[in-house]
Amino acid sequence: MSYVTGLKCRECGQDYPISPLHVCETCFGPLEVAYDYAAIRKAVSPAAIEQRPHNLWRYLELLPVDAPPQIGPNSGFTPLLKVERLGAELGIRNLYIKDDTVNHPTLSYKDRVVSVAISKAREFGFKTVSCASTGNLATAVAAHAARAGLQCVIFMPEGVEAGKIVGSTIYGAQVVIIRGNYDDVNRLCSEIADKYGWAFVNINLRPYYTEGAKTFGFEVAEQLGWRLPQHIVLPTAGGTILPKVAKAFRELKEVGLISEGECRVHCAQAAGAAPVIQALHKGADLITPVKPNTIAKSIAIGNPADGFYVLRAVRESRGWGEVASDSEIIEAIKLLARTEGVFAEPAGGTTLAVTIKLLAQKRINGDETVVVSITGNGYKTLEAVGNAITQPYVIEARLREFDALFEQLNGRRSLAGAA
Amino acid sequence: MPIRVRVPTPLRRFTGGNDEITAEGDSILAVIEDMERRHPGMRERLLDDKGELRRFVNIYLNGDDIRFLDQLTSKVKDGDDISIVPAIAGGN
Repeated sequence: MSYVTGLKCRECGQDYPISPLHVCETCFGPLEVAYDYAAIRKAVSPAAIEQRPHNLWRYLELLPVDAPPQIGPNSGFTPLLKVERLGAELGIRNLYIKDDTVNHPTLSYKDRVVSVAISKAREFGFKTVSCASTGNLATAVAAHAARAGLQCVIFMPEGVEAGKIVGSTIYGAQVVIIRGNYDDVNRLCSEIADKYGWAFVNINLRPYYTEGAKTFGFEVAEQLGWRLPQHIVLPTAGGTILPKVAKAFRELKEVGLISEGECRVHCAQAAGAAPVIQALHKGADLITPVKPNTIAKSIAIGNPADGFYVLRAVRESRGWGEVASDSEIIEAIKLLARTEGVFAEPAGGTTLAVTIKLLAQKRINGDETVVVSITGNGYKTLEAVGNAITQPYVIEARLREFDALFEQLNGRRSLAGAA
Repeated sequence: MPIRVRVPTPLRRFTGGNDEITAEGDSILAVIEDMERRHPGMRERLLDDKGELRRFVNIYLNGDDIRFLDQLTSKVKDGDDISIVPAIAGGN
């Protein structure tokens, strides 16, 4: 059974029935799913949830679907890695990586939100699903739509990585590239959603879609033994995941799955697309849009829909936020890969680089429990680090050539184990 | 030539269901005032008590967000396209 009571405007509180609607007709505020928490409290327990399959639907009572879900049977429940080598390098004793680079089936946190959105699209009876995307969402929508047997049309800005275009068309989706940046795509898609009656997962299905992001937070808490970390660092682009992780932590208390603990929620943005951090540092409520310019294309959003709620969640939790430059992002990607064998996309480099800054600023202490959110996989964004990697040596297939190379490099420790 | 304004779903009850209307004015604010005369009720959906653009409303003039132009005083001329779009959209 569903514990959803309806949709409610976050700004003016007006109620709406469950429907493909995302904006309040009175004040244009965002609509959010409302639940009967008292009933959920009676229905869930840590022990019951721990018995369930390892996917995001183990938190079904706190997700907005009616029927037993058929989408995303393998999505979510990604590893929470205790990263001791990286922790030692940074001086953080209890450092964790929430590793959505291995989310199923498209290797990013978007598999969570899309599992929920497409489940809902099916319930509403839509035949075509769509999205505006910087790439990760595109691949997730295309894959889940294929599995659900729905038509799929994807809109992306020009300049996204080739892997994300191939990674959408391969599933049979029709991809349309828009001359402009993500914010231009988003505006166009709002108009198309209005006119064509398609299920845009991040527009008219947005209240349901964003709920899927809570599962990232539920899992972190469960994987820590039903506790909150003292810090979590999350990337911000459109502003979906950060407020929803904060909401997830609140809900876990509300329904009695955890009893106490406070977590500071920190925001990470790329320096070239940091309207939220600019407002945070200025102490402002209003977010002034920027024109994005960063290698972190998955988070290159200059006009974040939920930026205001990111600010609020960060401030309420007494968290903070910082930016990472393109070179800091690349260094952090390399550091994570070199120490822990996890290859993150630039959004992940951004969160790690910002974690390092927050540590230097003493906003995070080395003896606290810290979770760094890695929301996407570096194999999809090879272009971003292309020139920053160590170039391989090329030699003929002759032992003498290798001996010469070994001689040349020995002592410089450039060849692994050369001693 | 008049100015064309694209109207999103939440405002169409003021426009008799039309998704596009025409209006006149030499600035965004003047166009909003003209829309209010033709379709009463629209102004307060777009502007707050202080007369500022509401937080969750984006207005685009020929495809450009007016927050990048001169906000409500952005100059408008005949033949321009204005689009009103709810800000709440996206996820990447």
